[in-house]
Amino acid sequence: MYIPPSTAASPLVVWLNGQRLPREQLPFPDGEVAAAIQTGSLCEQPGLINTARGWRCVRCGNDDRRLFASFPCARCGADCAYCRKCLVMGRISTCTRLVHVTMPLPSEPHEAPLSWDGELSAAQAEAAQAVRQAVLDRSELLVWAVCGAGKTEMLFPAIAAALEEGWRVGLATPRVDVVRELAPRFRQAFPRVSLAVWHGGSDERGRIASLVLSTTHQLLRAYRAFDVMIVDEVDAFPYSVEPMLEYAVSQARKERSSLIYLTATPSRAWQRDIARGKRNAVVIPARYHGHPLPVPVLEWCGNWRKQLERGRLPENVLAWVRHRLEQRKQAFLFVPHIDELEAVTRLLQRVNPRIVGVHAEAPDRAEHVQAFRDGRVPLLVTTTILERGVTVPNIDVAVLGAEDRIFTESALVQIAGRVGRHAAFPDGDVRFFHHGKTNEMVRARRHILRMNEEARKRGLLRR
Amino acid sequence: MNCLLCHSPYNPITSWRQLFLLEDPDVLCPRCRGAFVLIDGRLCEMCGRPLEEAAPSVCPDCLRWQEDEQWGRVLVKNRSVYVYNDWMKDVVALWKFRGDYVIVEAFRRPFVHAFFRHFGRDWCIVPIPLSRDRLDERGFNQAEALARLLPSLYFPWLARKHSEKQSKKSRRERLETDNPFFLADHPPLDGKRIVLIDDIYTTGITIRHAALVLLEAGAAEVGALTLIRA
Repeated sequence: MYIPPSTAASPLVVWLNGQRLPREQLPFPDGEVAAAIQTGSLCEQPGLINTARGWRCVRCGNDDRRLFASFPCARCGADCAYCRKCLVMGRISTCTRLVHVTMPLPSEPHEAPLSWDGELSAAQAEAAQAVRQAVLDRSELLVWAVCGAGKTEMLFPAIAAALEEGWRVGLATPRVDVVRELAPRFRQAFPRVSLAVWHGGSDERGRIASLVLSTTHQLLRAYRAFDVMIVDEVDAFPYSVEPMLEYAVSQARKERSSLIYLTATPSRAWQRDIARGKRNAVVIPARYHGHPLPVPVLEWCGNWRKQLERGRLPENVLAWVRHRLEQRKQAFLFVPHIDELEAVTRLLQRVNPRIVGVHAEAPDRAEHVQAFRDGRVPLLVTTTILERGVTVPNIDVAVLGAEDRIFTESALVQIAGRVGRHAAFPDGDVRFFHHGKTNEMVRARRHILRMNEEARKRGLLRR
Repeated sequence: MNCLLCHSPYNPITSWRQLFLLEDPDVLCPRCRGAFVLIDGRLCEMCGRPLEEAAPSVCPDCLRWQEDEQWGRVLVKNRSVYVYNDWMKDVVALWKFRGDYVIVEAFRRPFVHAFFRHFGRDWCIVPIPLSRDRLDERGFNQAEALARLLPSLYFPWLARKHSEKQSKKSRRERLETDNPFFLADHPPLDGKRIVLIDDIYTTGITIRHAALVLLEAGAAEVGALTLIRA
């Protein structure tokens, strides 16, 4: 009788397969680990390697000198260098050994895994077909979809095709909130498929399943695990500024695998590549509900910083806020930095005491955002950190100080993208209050106009 | 230069002394530096915690210690550098539990300053040890990391048995449990003044357990310098 090799795999191999971890993090006796390395079923590598430029961390790819330090190590008795970049995942030092399973992950085919009965819009269907083809061809594809295009559903046919092949699908996104929000939607669409959610606070992190949703940080655990690697919001902080996460993606996917990037705001370099046909891309210029994107209005508001120092807000900004309050329409007001957030919030609370300010480091951030969603907060003052992810049906959005460096084209497009997402309320006001127009503001506006124009040409808009 | 904690770039020259290289520039940006709160002003003369102007010179906790016959005179004094605020909790977690050793550099100047202000070169420095198991787990001893900042040699005269993590026990339990410390190799301690080094003074039990062992071996007096008064 033929016994497939996978049934002979030890619990250690089964547990570790698809991951690469520091040896001391394995919940198995060290003797067992040593034996598995001896027989060749596990492979051991140093955690840091010496390059011409200095150290390089094998787990996260960091080779920035400033992000290494050393300490008198009690384990190896020497002055041991360590990587400061991926420290939250457990310290990798010179004496750390990383281990992974030598043989590839066994495949796990599913029959008719998708049980979603929604319907894709014409634009979505077109993109869905392109993604499916890229997955089957194991190639690379960029999906450039406007905010509110309905990216998630568009992935379903491709994921279903991969699962039928017995492949594993990994979806990485920079934000924990997004991972949490996506998990129930995927569970519903693929009810019989094993799904694991990886983020810092989850017990499932590292568990290999047919479908894995991960933050980009936790993706560092995976090694040669995914046949399909989907990276959501490629342009989003911290992915674009962190080569670490690009490295994580390269380590997590199998050598033969597809790579799908999703973004609403590709970088200028990528936009150029797409225009020149150097990058395989599909563009979805229209929202799922078929209404055009609200176009931002650029409005001068004078030296608002100076006004703020004197305890005042520019008249037109104040008028905008008052108008929303009178109409009882909820709104976001974006400001560049935490210091200004506090000052602006204090001033606006004189107009309406229920107005709150939230920034990324605020411990009560989740509560305030929930209060806004429940309609208990009429206006939320915030820094750029909420520009993605938070979706509220009927809102207006303004930016105070849109000329600040922090508001790049991509950030401004994302901010504008908060408005009019729901089919019942497809319109809304987007206002960029500024003290001097910047190229980024102009580009953001042009970006949105171009998308609307393209959607009209392709007949993707209603009317 | 980039801040040791938040990694954002900043201009490290803030004073004339630094400009003329009399003093090393700060490794932290002003924002991160400003989030630490130094202990200053009136202190409990025993445990070094900050006191209100009107309060008696010894805090209620230390009065309770002083009434205890066995433990009352074990420690001459503790002095700490920082208040245990939320920021400090996060930094300590990163330093001690995540194991970002180099963060100790952020404490160098104030820690050395406190050593000379409250103790001095005639005190022998002894860091509070970790048990072998804990040391293997962390890779370094945070008390030793602090002791290394000081300009005098330190002495590994104490060792520690493995016991439960202390934070899980109540004060009474902690006091009554067997003393985890014992003497390692050491010269005669007769007449020596010893300053123990540790990261946090919370109830003072750890420090007193260690002090007792040293006193029984002949030390003249034992004090403590800790980074944080919780």
